[in-house]
Amino acid sequence: MSIVVDKSGPFTHAPTSVQRTMTLVLAALVPATLFDAWLFGWPAVFMFLTTIGSCVALEALCLHLSNKPLEPTLTDGSAVLTGWLLAMSLPPWSPWWVCVIASIFAICLAKHVFGGLGQNVFNPAMVGRIAVLVSFPLQMTTWVAPLKAPGFAESLGITFGHPIGLDTVSAASALGYVKTELSKGVPVSQSMAEFAHQFPLSDMIVGVHPGSFGETSAVLVLLGGLFLLYKRIISWHIPVAVTGTLFVLGSLFSAVDPGRFTSGSFHLLSGATFLGAFFIATDYVTSPVSKQGQLVYGFGIGFLTWIIRTFAGYPEGMAFAVLLMNALTPIIDHHIRPRAFGRTRKGEPLSLSKGES
Amino acid sequence: MKLFSIKGGIHPDYRKELTSEKAIVPMPLPKQLHLPLQQHMGAAATNTVEAGDSVKKGQMLARGQGFISAAVHAPTSGRIISISEMTAPHPSGLPQLTIVLEPDGKDEWAELPAPIEDPFAAPGQAIRDRVAASGIVGMGGATFPSAVKLGLGNQHKLEILLLNGAECEPYLTCDDRVMREYADEVIDGARIMAHSLSAPKVIIAIEGNKPQAIEIMTKAAATQPNVEVVSVPVQYPMGAERHLTQAVTGRETPARKLTADVGVVVHNVATARAVHHAVRFGRPLLSRIVTVSGGAVAEPKNIDVALGTPVNDLLAFCGGVKDARRIISGGPMMGQPLPSLEVPVVKGTSGILALTARETNEAPTQPCIRCGTCVTICPCGLVPVEMASFIRHERLDEAAGIGVLDCVSCGSCSYICPSHIPLVHFFAYAKGRINALDRERRKQQQTKALVEAHNARLERVAQAKREAAARAKAQSETPDASKANA
Repeated sequence: MSIVVDKSGPFTHAPTSVQRTMTLVLAALVPATLFDAWLFGWPAVFMFLTTIGSCVALEALCLHLSNKPLEPTLTDGSAVLTGWLLAMSLPPWSPWWVCVIASIFAICLAKHVFGGLGQNVFNPAMVGRIAVLVSFPLQMTTWVAPLKAPGFAESLGITFGHPIGLDTVSAASALGYVKTELSKGVPVSQSMAEFAHQFPLSDMIVGVHPGSFGETSAVLVLLGGLFLLYKRIISWHIPVAVTGTLFVLGSLFSAVDPGRFTSGSFHLLSGATFLGAFFIATDYVTSPVSKQGQLVYGFGIGFLTWIIRTFAGYPEGMAFAVLLMNALTPIIDHHIRPRAFGRTRKGEPLSLSKGES
Repeated sequence: MKLFSIKGGIHPDYRKELTSEKAIVPMPLPKQLHLPLQQHMGAAATNTVEAGDSVKKGQMLARGQGFISAAVHAPTSGRIISISEMTAPHPSGLPQLTIVLEPDGKDEWAELPAPIEDPFAAPGQAIRDRVAASGIVGMGGATFPSAVKLGLGNQHKLEILLLNGAECEPYLTCDDRVMREYADEVIDGARIMAHSLSAPKVIIAIEGNKPQAIEIMTKAAATQPNVEVVSVPVQYPMGAERHLTQAVTGRETPARKLTADVGVVVHNVATARAVHHAVRFGRPLLSRIVTVSGGAVAEPKNIDVALGTPVNDLLAFCGGVKDARRIISGGPMMGQPLPSLEVPVVKGTSGILALTARETNEAPTQPCIRCGTCVTICPCGLVPVEMASFIRHERLDEAAGIGVLDCVSCGSCSYICPSHIPLVHFFAYAKGRINALDRERRKQQQTKALVEAHNARLERVAQAKREAAARAKAQSETPDASKANA
């Protein structure tokens, strides 16, 4: 019998693995994805598959170029997850080339240039989304009304050919609509009411309204998020900090001036709030490792999202907010650490009088 | 009793059911006993017998050297075959001076020291002397000489002797069985230890997954007003000294201090039983209870084993081993891999585990995904992910700056890591390296100081010579000067 003495203990291991984590996150995304596939039809399905397919292919290419083994990384599920989240943040009828360009930014530039899995500073999916958002504003803000999808063949044309007649089905997302109306001088309270007339609160919650593929159904995304919490893949700190900050700021300012500011619940239910709070901001690699740090980070994302949605040119600010806070993650991690056993927050040993309580 | 929470920790698969209901069985003596001169922390003992000597059971074979050391005794009567270097029961597999004793089968006792009639009337020092003479060390696995630890009452005002029956390591049930089968001996030993420490109170902490031990110990302690049994939550590493102290008393031991500084001394339950034997019967530490378990062991058991019994014989007594991926001394969390099966059971061997590949659940290391679970579960409040990345780049000062030396190597981070990164291995490397660098630095400073002192001395000598010469010259010139003046 051979005796192995190659490492120190422990000689037992929890049933955890990178694959398991990624698979659970993917599973949590399934309900919202299926719902929006139904909502936006075949073009959305093609867009979804194109994005994931190009992410995985690009991952393989990058691994090959950097002489890393393909198998362990390709099977860890991280490229699929990046592609999936990216697809969920794109307009449902995005043409194929938008998907591919976004994937190149996500996988090649945001992830592999920094050194691959675990080394990236910025959330790859959000880098991909922002890159195409600022490059192709028309395609990235062309929303379609729900349940207007054409048949299979025509859908192939929408994704892979020349999109025609989009105007007939296009619609505005809640955030975009309110922002446009505000720029025309229509008070927020009025535009919110008009939008609510078109898409009542129940539709907003269930998800029958225009928006990015994957973000429309607040309730299904939230359900997926709660599943991740239950499975302890994520903790409550980031989602609560993000949504809490958004809700409090929204409610506070809308109470002061309902004509200028949208309400807290509107902030929660529109745009990518839940998707961002539970799935994007909680990305392990780009968020702080300590719970206290995560609260600060989540607060920052909620705050910046609110600022961008309220004052900036873009109607939705979640992706920008996440990237900005990603940049701060190393600093947060450096300055906010848990208190070590027997030491003060500053790292000095506790004084004896304090040690005796 | 009010308990306090401790931070972090994990809930591993305990698998204690393999042996928890198996009563302790004695093991027949093997053909040879291998008794290393170092079975404890501190300096190795020096042998007082030579090859060829006949010895009796309980006779001292090696004497403790220096303040922190422990004696070694003959577990049975027989003949000393040799005293030579043999593989140590340590992962390094380095050789270590070992006494080889061949039992003569008579098991004849040597003349033992007389029992201490009324230990509670005896001075604390008498107890400590007896414990030292009996070669007792911390039997939870730390193997720190117990007599030294029982002297902590001299410099500290102690309130509580905390008896550690947490046994938070998976698989191990030796302490559980000791408490269930020898409750009175444990409690008597604990009271003697408390007397020696001048600690007025004894608290026996047992993890809640050992309900029978809690019940039996509570019953046995009922007649003692100053002995209390508490059930502590099942949470690894509850049995770590500082964490157990915090859980039971709420006192957080400051970094670089001892629990004694907050009025608590922690001893293991098996150590208390050994003290009972030494004080009441004059019997030195000759054997210990070892849990032999794991999925690769045919018949897992709790065994009363003579110290020095080769692990091979122990495993054979348990029906042999099949499909073992790892063979470990101690528990699976903090235990050490054995370099060979020839090595003996020593004073700190709480368990011998033969684990299958399914149990060890090893997997290739993947890149860290910064999930932060290691930060959440670290019972010491450290940031393992960051320490590991510093150590990976040999930035040891920075690793030390964020607390790698505060790590107790409990293994929770490695256990939970989804990327299977051997974090504890990194930390063990860093600690060893930092200590070695530190020793080197101190040595250099010492050398420098010696050289400087040497140069200063030479300078002083030269100065004295110069002065003497000057004085002599001045004296010889003075008459001339007086003449000149005259």
